[in-house]
Amino acid sequence: MALLEIQDLHASVEGHEILKGLNLTLNAGEVHSIMGPNGSGKSTLAAVLARRETYEVTRGRVLFNGKDLLEMKPEDAACEGVFLAFQYPVEIPGIGNAYFVRSAMNAIRKFHGQDELDAMDFLPLYKERMKILEMDDKLVNRSVNEGFSGGEKKRNEILQMAMLEPKLAILDETDSGLDIDALRIVAKGVNAMRGPDRAFLVITHYQRLLDYITPDFVHVLVDGKIVRSGGPELALELEDTGYGPSEADVPQALPA
Amino acid sequence: MSTTANNTGNENAMATATEKLGTYLEAYGELIAERQERDPVWLRQLREDAWQRFHAKGFPTTHDEDWRFTNLAALAKTSFQRAVEGSVTVSAGQIEKFRVPGAGCRLVFVNGHFAPELTEIGDLPDTLEICSLERAIAKTMEGSEPNGSGSVGCAPEGIEQHLGRYADVRRDVFAALNTALWEDGAYLRIHRGAVIEQPIHLLYVSAGAGAAIMTHPRTLIVAEPTSHAAVIEDYVSIGEETAFSNAVTELVAGQDAVVSHFLVERENLAAFNVSTLRLELARGTNVSSHSILLGGGLVRNNVHPVLAGEGAECLINGLFVGAGRQHLDNYMLVEHAQPQCSSRQFYNGILDDHARGVFHGRIVVHKDAQKTDAKQTNRNLLLSDDARIDTKPQLEIYADDVKCTHGATIGQIEEEQLFYLRSRGIEETSARNLLLYAFAAECLDRMNDSPAREFVASLIGERLTDLAKNHQPAAPVAQVESAPVKEETQSWEEVG
Repeated sequence: MALLEIQDLHASVEGHEILKGLNLTLNAGEVHSIMGPNGSGKSTLAAVLARRETYEVTRGRVLFNGKDLLEMKPEDAACEGVFLAFQYPVEIPGIGNAYFVRSAMNAIRKFHGQDELDAMDFLPLYKERMKILEMDDKLVNRSVNEGFSGGEKKRNEILQMAMLEPKLAILDETDSGLDIDALRIVAKGVNAMRGPDRAFLVITHYQRLLDYITPDFVHVLVDGKIVRSGGPELALELEDTGYGPSEADVPQALPA
Repeated sequence: MSTTANNTGNENAMATATEKLGTYLEAYGELIAERQERDPVWLRQLREDAWQRFHAKGFPTTHDEDWRFTNLAALAKTSFQRAVEGSVTVSAGQIEKFRVPGAGCRLVFVNGHFAPELTEIGDLPDTLEICSLERAIAKTMEGSEPNGSGSVGCAPEGIEQHLGRYADVRRDVFAALNTALWEDGAYLRIHRGAVIEQPIHLLYVSAGAGAAIMTHPRTLIVAEPTSHAAVIEDYVSIGEETAFSNAVTELVAGQDAVVSHFLVERENLAAFNVSTLRLELARGTNVSSHSILLGGGLVRNNVHPVLAGEGAECLINGLFVGAGRQHLDNYMLVEHAQPQCSSRQFYNGILDDHARGVFHGRIVVHKDAQKTDAKQTNRNLLLSDDARIDTKPQLEIYADDVKCTHGATIGQIEEEQLFYLRSRGIEETSARNLLLYAFAAECLDRMNDSPAREFVASLIGERLTDLAKNHQPAAPVAQVESAPVKEETQSWEEVG
């Protein structure tokens, strides 16, 4: 059974159809990359999979581990093992970074009938993973993402992923705005988590990230549909030729 | 009985207000007769002046700028009775749940009367005097040699010097009413240089007496120079009956004293509570006022610090959390009278259902108060479309070299933040609760680590958990509206 099976997915935001019949299958252990121009629906796909309620699914179905993902609330999808690394991580003043992650871990553990972790069990693990991501200890008790630099916010997303150990990790343009050092660190964090039980959906605009995280499959998303699929070499080809024959079909009025 | 009503706005409201002054007149008459022997002359005079003031002015209407957002018709309409001492018995078991863990001592008052059997004084250092104000004054009456300072309990010297000297009975009719009608309250004196580590808990209990009762607790706290102490003034109810607590506390901080005052309002939803905290800050003092309003139906929280000595610092910190039809009104009057003082006002409000909040922050900088640094921030979170906040800054500056800032925000829980938390596995109610708690925690962050802080943190946590539970998004608002819930007794909104 595939880990994620998306069939004929149509989704709209405020009445505008963004996804127009998307099909995609991911198996555990695989890394898929989705590339495409701005406005093609990459972030919409990520948001739908994370169950953001402002995105309305009008047709199609999505199975996650054999269960209907579209029936799930965001917290249920997370507990089942879906993780979204946000393109724009949200600042939450007043909630400590470590406290937040521990609350999330315990919510997920509770869902699976496991005992909660106390701070003593949690902190050493958290700090160890922070070290891999070369994050400052000071960020432990700072409010979630508040006053973090762009790079710190993205690393913080990967840190949360490393702690929550999802089955499916969706990285929504995690590379945007990162300098090469931060990119390397983020990639190191992701690569450390690759394994036979986990799949990644890496959404990106640029080939650059894929130099560090080698995908098994690359898909090109244009105007709400996947128009081409291939191996890692496809990303390199796109770097040279752009988004291929379908690019001409992209309406000019899309936001830059 | 003299002068004319000086507020000629809404005649009906005035009529309602004056009509019921009779019950207060009766109470005053009784009290004066009972206390003929007990009250010293200066106190009788204080009562009489205050009574005249109250009687002349009556209860304010919404035409009074200081009461614009709070309609007192429901309060003025109710006939409150004086509570007869000992008419209601409260057991230690009944107040056990109100205990403040880590408090050094607890003074208990039931319906305004001192309850020695519930009071726990513990092992107090002899640098702290604490007792019932009424008893302290009785002591001044029996031993007429002022130098024979009492070896037991407390030495009442200085009461005459301070009591009623700060609360503004001219401007504030509730302070006047309290000054005329108070029967008891706490008296605290912290000796020069004394450091009292554990918080002092003053528990004011309203317990149903079959009729609507009124109490006018009066507290006097004298913190001598360089002393340190924390006091928790705590208003609670037993049962669901209506009561009116009209409290006045005068806190006098001597030079370089460091004092924290906590007001905790957690009475039942039928309670009327007006509390006035008058702080007098001498040179170099550092005084904090933390007001935590969680309960009560109609609550007015007056905080009036006067920075009367150079270099004094005052923190005026508060959190009010209202739901149902609660009305929580915060009136701050911060007076800078001397140079180089700083004041910080931070009030956070969370309002759900049809609750209404008011924040009126007035800062007065007198002519001599150069280099004043005054800041005011009021932040509000509205959880329903029917909740309402009125926030009003008011600056009066008569000095020319000052720094005064103010700001207010009103917002909702951000959907972005809610989704972020939920996307990590935290279910919606908990996520809401976390966000509410984070907002409220700004108020806790401004308190020093202490048992008092832990105590209020746990109260706030419980209150917000209830709020988040009751607050399943969108749907219930309509249900609340369709069910006519005690509309007649619980509406404080101005009509028309």
